[in-house]
Formats: sequence, structure tokens, C-alpha cells
Amino acid sequence: MTEVSVAKDDVPATGDLVVLKSVNKHFGALHVLQDIDLTITRGEVVVVIGPSGSGKSTLCRAINRLETIDSGDISIDGKPLPQEGKALARLRADVGMVFQSFNLFAHKTVLENVMLGQIKVRKADKKVAEDKARALLDRVGVATQADKYPAQLSGGQQQRVAIARALAMDPKVMLFDEPTSALDPEMINEVLEVMQQLAREGMTMIVVTHEMGFARSAANRVVFMADGRIVEEAVPDQFFSNPRSDRAKDFLSKILHH
Amino acid sequence: MRRSSGRHTPGPRHAEAREIVFDFLEGYDLLGAFWVTVQLTLLSAVGSLVWGTMLAAMRVSPVPLMRGFGTAYVNIVRNIPLTVIILFTSLGLSQTLGVTMGAADNFDTQNFRLAVLGLILYTSAFVCEALRSGINTVPVGQAEAARAIGLSFTQVLTLVVLPQAIRSVVGPMANVLIALTKNTTVAAAIGVTEAALLMKKMIENEAQLILISAVFAFGYVCLTLPTGLIMGWVGKKVAVKR
Repeated sequence: MTEVSVAKDDVPATGDLVVLKSVNKHFGALHVLQDIDLTITRGEVVVVIGPSGSGKSTLCRAINRLETIDSGDISIDGKPLPQEGKALARLRADVGMVFQSFNLFAHKTVLENVMLGQIKVRKADKKVAEDKARALLDRVGVATQADKYPAQLSGGQQQRVAIARALAMDPKVMLFDEPTSALDPEMINEVLEVMQQLAREGMTMIVVTHEMGFARSAANRVVFMADGRIVEEAVPDQFFSNPRSDRAKDFLSKILHH
Repeated sequence: MRRSSGRHTPGPRHAEAREIVFDFLEGYDLLGAFWVTVQLTLLSAVGSLVWGTMLAAMRVSPVPLMRGFGTAYVNIVRNIPLTVIILFTSLGLSQTLGVTMGAADNFDTQNFRLAVLGLILYTSAFVCEALRSGINTVPVGQAEAARAIGLSFTQVLTLVVLPQAIRSVVGPMANVLIALTKNTTVAAAIGVTEAALLMKKMIENEAQLILISAVFAFGYVCLTLPTGLIMGWVGKKVAVKR
């Protein structure tokens, strides 16, 4: 009996973690998400790429309801996304989000940024929260900056703190909305390395990015979006070496050949 | 010896001159009157900060009914003259509706409290709008990030948005506070014995109109000038760096 239960705990639970079914959204006349069907299984790293305005950021934001959807269903870990209120807040706590513009709380120190959710949402003890925050900051390599304010940090450091802040909630899935697009080129790698490490550790990740290198090396699957639709889904090798759709071929020829 | 005696003589003579010029102040409790002004200001300031913050929260809330109430309140109250509001608290609330503010037997206390109530109702509309402009300076991403870690609407507002909004409106708040200090003069309309009422009384009884006005003007400047300077300094100190 004991052996069975131990074995059960050791193997990460499999199955579908994030499921989108025929999701539609309009921004006025613009049909920004058109019949999106997407299933992300536990432990999977999915990279969403595509030209600007193709709806990838909107898709990412819809998953924790920072954008509402017009029709369709989104469920996380078997539970449909709640409309508003406490249930939605609880669900968001389980979904980590990293933004393009970092969005660290400007009036709080780096350490307080990572502690806030633990204390106010998870109701963790202050000491426990601080220890965990320091451990996470150490893990993303900014432990020495703990007592500074976000504005005193470089973009790369801020984004790594933002990742630590999301991880502090022990999320089931992490959403990355163009996490390196606002960074100086020399700071992109320090953020990507943290993300690579997360992927290796088995975190379920949905990453909207223009970093093709990251897509190749860390993704289990590449989702290519254009004009509000998912045009192509494939494993990275296949997608980059042999894209099926003309739209993907066109996109890749523009970004890879210079 | 001559020099020292020469130095002594102007003393009493100056004192005598002071006595003649300022003798109109005798018999009046100037400090007491200004102390009432200070009390009116401080109590109203605290009250309107609390109520104004709640109004601002309503105006940005996702609940349409609350938003509607906040908008209606601000637009009605800030467009009514303060004198009308203060008179309403006395004639309407107290004399017609029988609101005694817990001081039915003491008319002075009752009027003082009614004046504070009127000043709070009026000033909170301005506090609300100042705060709301501060909320608009907080980038949307701050609230989004707060929601994304699972904070509720109230937590997003009280832990992330308002602390940053308040820091950015310390300057405009100084304006509101200075206006409030001077607006307390309207309390004289319902017989609160603050500085403006004393001034009216002194002008009726004494001959030095300009001097009396100057003394009271100076008194108000003594209250408001430091307010502006201190709050300007505080505003710089607590500003959020982005």
C-alpha cells in the first residue's frame, strides 16, 4: 500500500492542465482569437510564436482572464475559469504570469514583491514567506538585490524578480507574455537561462516569445499563430526545419534569414 | 553710564507704542478662535481623507452601482456652494430632521460637529478626484500583476494601487488641505466660534478694520503656508521611482 502511494507521488500527475475549446474574442471589429483549440498537458513547455497582432499575447492573457473571452471554454486543471470574484482570484494564484514590462510593484522592495502574494493570498507566516522569497531570489540570481526597489535594478534583473514573484505562489502553470521583448540584448540570456532551468525542472509553461533559440531548445511544442488562428502546431525541430503551412514558411523566412 | 541709560529708555517706550497700536486685541481670545479653526481643519481633513478614499474606490470599482453612486456624489456635492451645505447641516439636518450629532443639550458642540460633517461631505469630493487622478498615474500593469498573483479587488486597491496613487497626489492634496483650512471660515455661518466669526465680531466692535483683517490674514497664512511647504517636501520624499 505504502509503496504504491509513494510511487504515485513521485510520478508527476499526467493529463491535461490547460484546455481551451473554441475560444473566440473580438476587440471591436477585430476578431483577435478565432476558434482557438489548444490543450497543454502537465509538464509541457509550449512556445507560441507568430507575427505581431496575431493574438498570441491575448491568448496568453485570456488563460488567467486578464482578457475576457466572448465565447468558448477555458479550463485549468479540470476546472472551468470562474467569471469574477474570489474563485477567480484563487485560480489566478495558481497561474503564474510574467509580463513583457515586468510590472514589479514599484513602491515595494524586491523582497516585498516576492513576499506579498505569499502573505496576502497564501496566508503564509511572514518569516516563512521571507525565507522562501530569499531562496527564490537566490535561485534566479538576484539575492543580493533583495532590499532594493525595482527601479534600481536592470531590466534583466527585474524580469528575474518577476519570475521569482510568480514562482512564490507555487503555480501549476507559468505564462510568459513576451518576457524578453523589453530587454536589452545583453540581458535576454540571463532571463532565458532562468526559464530554461524552469523547463528542465518540469514546470508547465506557456511562452509567447520571439526567441527562436529558446523555442528550439526548451519547447516540447511550437504553436504558430497568425491572424487570430492557430495555423500550425509541431515539435520544434519539425516546425523550424520543415514547416507545413505557407504562412509559417513566410514568417520563418523573414526572421531566420538575416 | 549715559550710553547704558540711553539704551534702556526705548524699551518701555516701544512697549507703550505696542500697547496703543494693538490694544484692539485686548479682551479677545484670538488664539482660542484659531485653535477652533485648527480643530475644524484637522477633524475635517481626517474625515474627508477617509470618505474621499472610499469614494475614489467606488469610482474605480467594477460594480456599476458603486461607480454610479461615486460619480453622482462627486458631481452633485462639488457643485454646491459650501455655504449651502453648511447651512443645510444646521437648518436641514439639525433643526428639521432632528440630527443632534450626540450633543442635543450643547448647542456649541452640536454646531461644531455639524460644521465638521458639512466640511467632510464637501471636501471629500475634492479628495476623491485628486486621488482618482493619482490612480490614473499608476500604470495598468501594476494592477494586472497584482491580480495575476491572486489578490482580490480590495487587496489590489489597498496594497498596490492606492499606496502608489497617494504618493503621487501629495502635492494636489496640499491644495485641498489649504482650501479646507480657509473653507472652515464658512462654519461661522452656523455660529461656530472660529477665527472668522471672531474677526466679524472684532470688526463690528473696533475701529482698526485694516489691522484686524491683516492680523487674521496673517493667522491663516501661518496655518496654510507650512502646510504647503511640508507637503511639498513629503511629496518629493515619498515619490515612487519608475
